Amino acid sequence: MPQFLGFAKTVMKNLFSKPVTTSYPAEPKVYPERSRGHVEINIADCIMCGMCMRSCPPGAIEVKRNENTWSINRFDCVQCGYCVEKCPKKCLSIVPGYQTPDSKKYVDTVTKPVVEQPAAAKPAAAPAAKPAATAKSADAETKAVAEAAKPVAAETKPAAEAAPKAAE
Amino acid sequence: MQEIQKDIYKIEMVELLPVIMEKKNDMWRLVQICCAFVDGNYEITYSFATGYEISNYRLVVAKDEPVPSISRVYKSAILYENEMRELFGLDVEYIKVDYHDKLYRINEETPFLKKEEK
Amino acid sequence: MPKRSIVPFGPQHPVLPEPVHLDLVMEDEKVIEAIPSIGYVHRGLESLVQKKDFNEMVYVTERICGICSFMHGMGYCSAVEQIMDVQVPRRAEYLRTIWAEMSRLHSHLLWLGLLADAFGFEALFMQSWRLREKILDMFEISTGGRVIFSVNKIGGVLKDMPADMLSSFVSILNDMERDLRETTQIFMDDYTVKSRLVGVGILTEEDAIRRGAVGPMMRASGIEVDMRKTGYAAYNDLDFQIITSKDCDSFARCQVRIGEIFQSIELIRQAVAKIPDTEISVPVKGFPKGEAYVRFEQPRGEAFYYVRANGSKFLDRMRVRTPTFANLPALSQILQGCQYGDVPLLILTIDPCISCTER
Repeated sequence: MPQFLGFAKTVMKNLFSKPVTTSYPAEPKVYPERSRGHVEINIADCIMCGMCMRSCPPGAIEVKRNENTWSINRFDCVQCGYCVEKCPKKCLSIVPGYQTPDSKKYVDTVTKPVVEQPAAAKPAAAPAAKPAATAKSADAETKAVAEAAKPVAAETKPAAEAAPKAAE
Repeated sequence: MQEIQKDIYKIEMVELLPVIMEKKNDMWRLVQICCAFVDGNYEITYSFATGYEISNYRLVVAKDEPVPSISRVYKSAILYENEMRELFGLDVEYIKVDYHDKLYRINEETPFLKKEEK
Repeated sequence: MPKRSIVPFGPQHPVLPEPVHLDLVMEDEKVIEAIPSIGYVHRGLESLVQKKDFNEMVYVTERICGICSFMHGMGYCSAVEQIMDVQVPRRAEYLRTIWAEMSRLHSHLLWLGLLADAFGFEALFMQSWRLREKILDMFEISTGGRVIFSVNKIGGVLKDMPADMLSSFVSILNDMERDLRETTQIFMDDYTVKSRLVGVGILTEEDAIRRGAVGPMMRASGIEVDMRKTGYAAYNDLDFQIITSKDCDSFARCQVRIGEIFQSIELIRQAVAKIPDTEISVPVKGFPKGEAYVRFEQPRGEAFYYVRANGSKFLDRMRVRTPTFANLPALSQILQGCQYGDVPLLILTIDPCISCTER
């Protein structure tokens, strides 16, 4: 008989405690800080060395030095973080937010801004693109490069130059 | 028999069966059999253990030389020997349960040998 | 002589999450002989050493298995570290031990759930997996992944666990231990569980040695061997007793694994209390040259890693002997003479991991 009493306790507990599952779509899943969701790049710091491309185990990253682009196939990426570890400038990071499923594989490309011109980057359709930098410098840059959609990196230099001009 | 590294002993073909029988009679268990293809020769390593002790016996055979199966002494050797033959093309003779290169259902023959080594 | 027939079992079967096939030679309802055959999902990861350099291989070896992925990475790293004569910092070894013990907890709870499912005890299956979920959450908090952790590297670990994280894990485990006692009590005492497990699938001590069984299979047959006692990682600082049973049957295997669940919690507590404050990795330069083998204890038993390097960035040979590969001959032994209805249960008692076997 005692074994039934033990189980009855479990039954009662399960009946009156709140469910262990979460009501998912209503209550979104909160990923912990270290969650390895996807790789992100701070393109302004990138020196196009290609270490990430050579070290990537599935070969998802491609760096084109002559075109100044860094691209990643997020469907091939296995989120191992080896590129983040290898990056000499520490401009890569792995952040929460998983790649959403899609019917076709596509490649995300990030273009490094040319140094002479003010910084402008064509951010890819990354699921969680970095929020645009300060609005002020962004304004100056959009004039320079008409096509630029969302500047990712705000270089301090143009912003500093813009400030005295405004003062005049 | 000569010790090449701690607990790794190199043996000749004639020593193989006496060593295996000795281990069997002393109630050692077969840990694994590993095959590697190095410099045109097969290196077969038989590992035995009892408690925390381990002994590895290494047999070096030429590419076309047959190796007798130990599966009649150690039944658990069947899988290892079939694996070696299928992946490396090592000629293991008289395996007790012969899978005829179909242990792993792969199309390629001897996939663990590089192309130039085949 | 009664008529014999051959019944194919698998590769698709309700109790098997992964494909393995058995040819059962039957005499009426009794199994006379069982011939296992694998190879439905063979991946040939060992031969990838010719294409991936020895640092990238850490991430490949982690993907050998989805349950003991951490331990595969750890085994490979320690084999390469042994060749390169790298002294891993003590904190890294403790962190590896903690993650390894968490993997063991997670694996044994998964197994308990699958076992309960195999004999049709759905409620128990859900209870075991509910508890397992907390460990997966702990993995996600500490490493960022729930299944593949990618925290090992040659020379140490990549992520540290701060003191508050470690103490929060211990308090989660303390709470969990209470729930675990309740759940495992059902496995140990329940009449229906016992009627399926006691006296089924006997593997005598001699057979266990002759067939080369490893891990809980071997310890349930009364052989006191646990590779953790060889003192790799931080195990030489921790105090624990090997859990064995003399009963040699399926219930003994269940008992051993349940004992190991509580042992793992105790080991994590000890490791958290003793963890030293040092670096978590050392830089590793150059390429490995030489050979080394490593034996370590995975949830399913002893795993064997052999690495042979030639001084270039690609290794000559990497060999993984996974515990399930060693337990397959023991499986065909325990299936001999059993009833057909017990076959699915007996396959589960070896805790099969086919993806390990088909590395």
